[in-house]
Amino acid sequence: MKIYVPRDSAAKALGADAVAAAIAAEAEARGLDVTVIRNGTRGMIWLEPLVEIEEGGARRAFGAVSPADVPALLDGTLEGLGKVEDIPFFARQTRLTFARCGLIDPLDLDAYEAHGGLTGLRRAIAMTGQQIVDEVKESGLRGRGGAGFPTGIKWQTVHDAEAEQKYIVCNADEGDSGTFADRMIMEGDPFTLIEGMAIAGLAVGATKGYVYLRSEYPDAIEVMNEAVRIGRARGLLGADVLGSGRAFDMEIRVGAGAYVCGEETSLLNSLEGKRGIVRAKPPLPALEGFLGKPTVVNNVISLATVPVIFEKGAQHYADFGLGRSKGTMPIQIAGNVKHGGLFETAFGMPLGELVNDVAGGTATGRPVKAVQVGGPLGAYMPPSKFDTPFAYEEFDGQGGLIGHAGVVIFDDTADMLQMARFAMEFCAVESCGKCTPCRIGAVRGVETIDRIAEGDGGAKELLVDLCETMKDGSLCALGGFTPYPVMSALENYPDDFATRKEAAE
Amino acid sequence: MKDFIIPTDDRDMGTPASKSDKMVTLTIDGFDVQVPEGTSVMRASAEAGIQVPKLCATDSLEAFGSCRLCVVEIEGRRGTPASCTTPVADGMVVHTQSSKVRKIRKGVMELYISDHPLDCLTCAANGDCELQDMAGAVGLRDVRYEEPKTGGFVNHFEARDTGGDVNPQYLPKDDSNPYFTYDPSKCIVCSRCVRACEEVQGTFALTIEGRGFDSRVSAGAAGDDFLTSDCVSCGACVQACPTATLQEKSVIEMGTPERSVITTCAYCGVGCSFKAELQGDDLVRMVPYKHGKANRGHSCVKGRFAYGYANHADRILNPMIRDSIDEPWREVSWEEAIGFAAQKMRGLQDKYGKKSIGVITSSRCTNEETFLVQKLARAVFGNNNTDTCARVCHSPTGYGLGQTYGTSAGTQDFDSVEETDVAIVIGANPTDGHPVFASRLKKRLRQGAKLIVIDPRRIDLVKSNHIKAAHHLALRPGTNVAVVTALAHVIVTEGLYDEAYIRERCDWDEFQHYVEFVSDARHSPEATEMLTGVPAKDLRAAARTYATGGRGSIYYGLGVTEHSQGSTTVMGIANLAMLTGNVGGNGMGVNPLRGQNNVQGSCDMGLSRTNCPAIAMSRIPRCATSSNRPGASRSTRSRAFASPTCWTPPSMARSRGFTARARISCNRTRTRNTWPRALRRWNA
Repeated sequence: MKIYVPRDSAAKALGADAVAAAIAAEAEARGLDVTVIRNGTRGMIWLEPLVEIEEGGARRAFGAVSPADVPALLDGTLEGLGKVEDIPFFARQTRLTFARCGLIDPLDLDAYEAHGGLTGLRRAIAMTGQQIVDEVKESGLRGRGGAGFPTGIKWQTVHDAEAEQKYIVCNADEGDSGTFADRMIMEGDPFTLIEGMAIAGLAVGATKGYVYLRSEYPDAIEVMNEAVRIGRARGLLGADVLGSGRAFDMEIRVGAGAYVCGEETSLLNSLEGKRGIVRAKPPLPALEGFLGKPTVVNNVISLATVPVIFEKGAQHYADFGLGRSKGTMPIQIAGNVKHGGLFETAFGMPLGELVNDVAGGTATGRPVKAVQVGGPLGAYMPPSKFDTPFAYEEFDGQGGLIGHAGVVIFDDTADMLQMARFAMEFCAVESCGKCTPCRIGAVRGVETIDRIAEGDGGAKELLVDLCETMKDGSLCALGGFTPYPVMSALENYPDDFATRKEAAE
Repeated sequence: MKDFIIPTDDRDMGTPASKSDKMVTLTIDGFDVQVPEGTSVMRASAEAGIQVPKLCATDSLEAFGSCRLCVVEIEGRRGTPASCTTPVADGMVVHTQSSKVRKIRKGVMELYISDHPLDCLTCAANGDCELQDMAGAVGLRDVRYEEPKTGGFVNHFEARDTGGDVNPQYLPKDDSNPYFTYDPSKCIVCSRCVRACEEVQGTFALTIEGRGFDSRVSAGAAGDDFLTSDCVSCGACVQACPTATLQEKSVIEMGTPERSVITTCAYCGVGCSFKAELQGDDLVRMVPYKHGKANRGHSCVKGRFAYGYANHADRILNPMIRDSIDEPWREVSWEEAIGFAAQKMRGLQDKYGKKSIGVITSSRCTNEETFLVQKLARAVFGNNNTDTCARVCHSPTGYGLGQTYGTSAGTQDFDSVEETDVAIVIGANPTDGHPVFASRLKKRLRQGAKLIVIDPRRIDLVKSNHIKAAHHLALRPGTNVAVVTALAHVIVTEGLYDEAYIRERCDWDEFQHYVEFVSDARHSPEATEMLTGVPAKDLRAAARTYATGGRGSIYYGLGVTEHSQGSTTVMGIANLAMLTGNVGGNGMGVNPLRGQNNVQGSCDMGLSRTNCPAIAMSRIPRCATSSNRPGASRSTRSRAFASPTCWTPPSMARSRGFTARARISCNRTRTRNTWPRALRRWNA
C-alpha cells in the first residue's frame, strides 16, 4: 500500500510531517506493508494535509488529516473525499503546467518520465534552435512572472544574438504576497522546471542556467538542489543532455531577502554578487544580461510550461485561453477565502466566478469587499468589476493587472485606506533606493496617507500627484506600480478615505 | 597647432561621447541633429544647444538613470523614457518639454527638496549647486509634503525629530579628510561619487549603504570614515557631487570662486590640465579641466589638493643676494640682483676660464624658460655646460628611442590607452607615480584589455580592485635586458613577429642580423631563467600574449631608465614594439612615463649637453607619432633595429669596468653625426 503525504511547505505548516510520522509509526506497529511517499501538494490548501491511499492502482483522498486521525485512516473508517480528480475545485481545472504536481514523488525521475516527463525535451533535441523558438511563439506563451511579454520573442532575441556564452536565468524570487505557484512547482515537480530550462538552452544556444531562488523558500532550495544532482547523475544535465551531444547544466543560487530582486535587472545584479539595484534598459538583458552576455530571464511558471508545450504541441496550448492571453494560468487564491489554493485554468474566466464560485467567497462568510489581483502592487478590484475576464488586456482595460496571478480576497471589514498605506509602506521597505520617485516617494506616500486619515484636506490631491510622479517617473515597476493599489483604493472606495472631519460633517 | 587651442565650451553634455563612425539623424524640439550612433538623447540635445534637466548624469560617467529628471517624450514610444539612458535612433522625434514631463520633473524635485535642508543662503554650494539649478529650472514653487499630526516625518537632515528624539536617519558630517568634507544630510543619492570612484579613478572606495530610503554614501565598513577608507583623495567624487555633500574645505572657508585660469599641474609626468579657480588673486581650488588631453577631467590628490605651495610662507617673492655663503641674504631690486649675478659670472670666467660656469634647469620649467637658459649658456657664456635633471632620469629614453625611432619621445598620446588590447608596464608603478594615467589604464583593463607587469615589485596593478595582470614577471633587479631579450627571443623563434610590417617600415637587413643574435639559445627564457628569476613558462606566455593579443602598448619608467644598461633596455623595448608591428597606430606604441611634467620639453629645448634645441625635428622624416598626435604615420626605412641588446651578467656589471663587448653597445656619448647607425654586431 502506498500512502501519499505532501512535503509541500504549506502542507508542512499545517502538520504534514507529523501526520507522515504518525502513519509510519502506526503502520509499523500494526505490521502493515506501507510505503509513505512524500509527494507535492495538489494545491487545495484548505484540505491539507491531504493524504492519499493507493491500493490496486486506485487513489483515495482524505482531507485535513491530523495525527489523531491516523488510526481510523489505517482502519479504513475515516471519511474520505473520494478521488482527487472528482473534487469540484480540482475537477474544474485545466492542469497543463501542474499536471504532475501532487501526483508523484517530486524527486522520482522514473515516475516523472512515466507521466509524460522528458517527452518534450526529447522532441526538442531533434529540432533546431529556431524551430524550438517558433514552437514557443506559436503557443502564445507570455511571461508568467507578471510582465506578460511574449516568451517566444524574448527567446528569438537571445537566439539571434552572437556571443561565445549565453545564459538561461530562472526568476524564482516569487516575492509577491499571496503567491505560491513557483514554490509549489519547485517543491512538487522540480524536473519540469529543469526540463523547461534545458529546452530553453537548446533553443537559444545557452549551455549554462541559474535558478535565482529566494532565501525564504528553504524547502524549495533543498528539493531543487537534489533534483539538479539527480539530473546530473542521470544524464539530464551536463555535457551531453540525454545523449544529444549538446551541453546544458545549471545551478541553484539563493537570494538574500529583497523583493526588488524579483525585477530582472536587479536579479542579475544580485546574481553577479553586486547590490541588487535596478539597471536602466536599454540594454535589454536578452542582449546584455548576466555578466554582460545574452540572457533569457524567465519566470518559473513560464519555463515549467515549456515541457508540456513540446509534449502536447504548441497548438494544444494555444487552443486554451482568450484573445491574446493564450494557454492556462495557475491562479493562486489566498486571503480571506473559503477555498484557497492553486487553480490552473484557461484564461478568460470572469473574476467573479473565480472568487465566488470556485473559491467559495470569504472564509468569514461576510461579503467580498475587494480582490487584489497581481500581488501587493496589483489593483483592488471591487465587485462591480467582477465580470472582467481573467486575461491580460482585459484586466489592463479595467485599470488592473494579472501579474503573477495572485488573487487575495478581502471581506468588508478591510479598511482600504490602511491597505493603500500598506502598499506605500511595502514599497518603502522594499525599494532598492536608486530612483527618486520610489526611494523618497514611497516614504512620503505613507505620511501623506496618514495625513488623509487625520483629516488633512489637501493631502488627497497631493497623493494623486505623487502617484502620478511615481507611475510615470519610476525606474522600474516597484515604484511604477505602487500607485495601482493606492489609486484603485482611492477611486473605488472613497468612503474609506473620507476624512474624519468630513465624516463628522 | 590645432591642439593648442583651448576649447571654451565647458558644458556638461550629460553622458560620454560615442566613438562610433556611423552617424544618426534625429529631430529634437524641431531641430535636426546629427550625432554618432550610440549617443544618448540627452547628449544629442546638448549638441543641439538644449540642456535637458538632470542631476545624476554627468559626461564623465556612464548613464545611470536614477534621478528621473531627464524624462522626455518620444513620438511613437510609450511612456516617458529617461533621455540619458535612451540611445538615439534614425528618424527619432523627441520633445524635451511637454506638460507631462514638466509635471514629472516638478514632482521629482518636490520629493528631492522634501528631504533636503533648506539652508541655501549659508550653504557652501550656494551658487554652485545643481540641485538649486534644477529646482529653478523646473519651476518648483512649493514643497507640499509635511509631517502628519501624529508625527513621523522621515528625513536625513534633522538631527532630532520634532519630539526631540535623535533622528536615526541623521548622520553627522565626516570631517576626517584634510581636503574635503562629506555631509550625508545633503546627499541626494545620485551615486555620482560612487560611480566616479569606480569608473574614473578605479579605486572603488565608495558604495551606497542601505536599501531604499536608508541609502547613504559610505566609504567602507561601518566605522570607516573617508580618511581610514581606501580613498586616495583624488577628488573625483567631490568634483562629481552636484550638491554640497562632498565639498572642498577651501570653498567652505572662502566661498565660491569668481574666475578661473587654465594651467598645467607641476607635479608629475602626466601633466594634468587644471582650472585654477580664484577669487581675485587668491586660489580657492584646483579643478581638473575636462579638455586636458592628458587627464580628460581627472586628477590625483597632488594637483587637486596639494597646492599649498602656491601661497606658502617659505616662498621667495623677491630677489636676494649675498657676497658669501656665511652672510645673510639681502633683499634687493631686480636690477641690482641681475647686475650682481651677471658681473659675478663674467668675473668667474675671466678668472677661471670659459668653462668654469654652467647651468642646470629643472624639468618643471616651461619650454620658454628652458630655451632661454641653454641659449644663455651657449650664446652668452660661450660654453656647452648645460644640464637638466632629465639626464639622470630619462636620458636612456632620449638615446635609446633616438637610435631606434629617430626621435627621443614616446609614440602615443594618453587617449591612446583607451584603444589598447595588451599593455606592458615595465619598471613603473603608475598607481603611485602617474595616478591619472593609471586610472585611465585601469579603465581600459576593466573593459577586457590584458596587462603584463615586468617589475621585481608586486605593484598595485598586479592585483587590485577588478584588475588582475595576466602575467607578472617578477625579475631580479639588474636583469632587465635579459628579460627583454628573452621576450624577443620567443617572438622571433616562435614566428610571432609581423613580417609584413617589418618589411614595409623597418630595415629588413638589419632585422636579419638581429634575428641571428636574438635567436641564439643563450637568450632563451630557459637559459636566462636561473639568473633573472622569471620562470620560462611565464615569460613565454607573456611574450605570446603581447605578440598575438592585438594592439600592444608598452609603458616604462625609471625602473628601466635609472639603471646601468638603461639605454639598452629602452632599445630592447623599442625592438619588441617594432617586431610585433606595434608602433604607429592608435592603441599601440612605446611610452616613457616621465618624471616631471616637462621632461620632454627640457630635452627638446636642448638642455642635455649632447643635444641642441629641437632635437626632435631632425632631417629624417618622423617615423613615430608625437605625444599629441595619434594615428599611423608613413615612415621611411630609417627605422633601424638597434644595436644588439647586450646582456651583462650581473657579476660583470657590478665590476668597475665594463667589458669590451658591453662598452660598444652601451656607449652613450655618440654625437648626432654618427646617427642613424647601422647595426653593430656583437663580436664573439
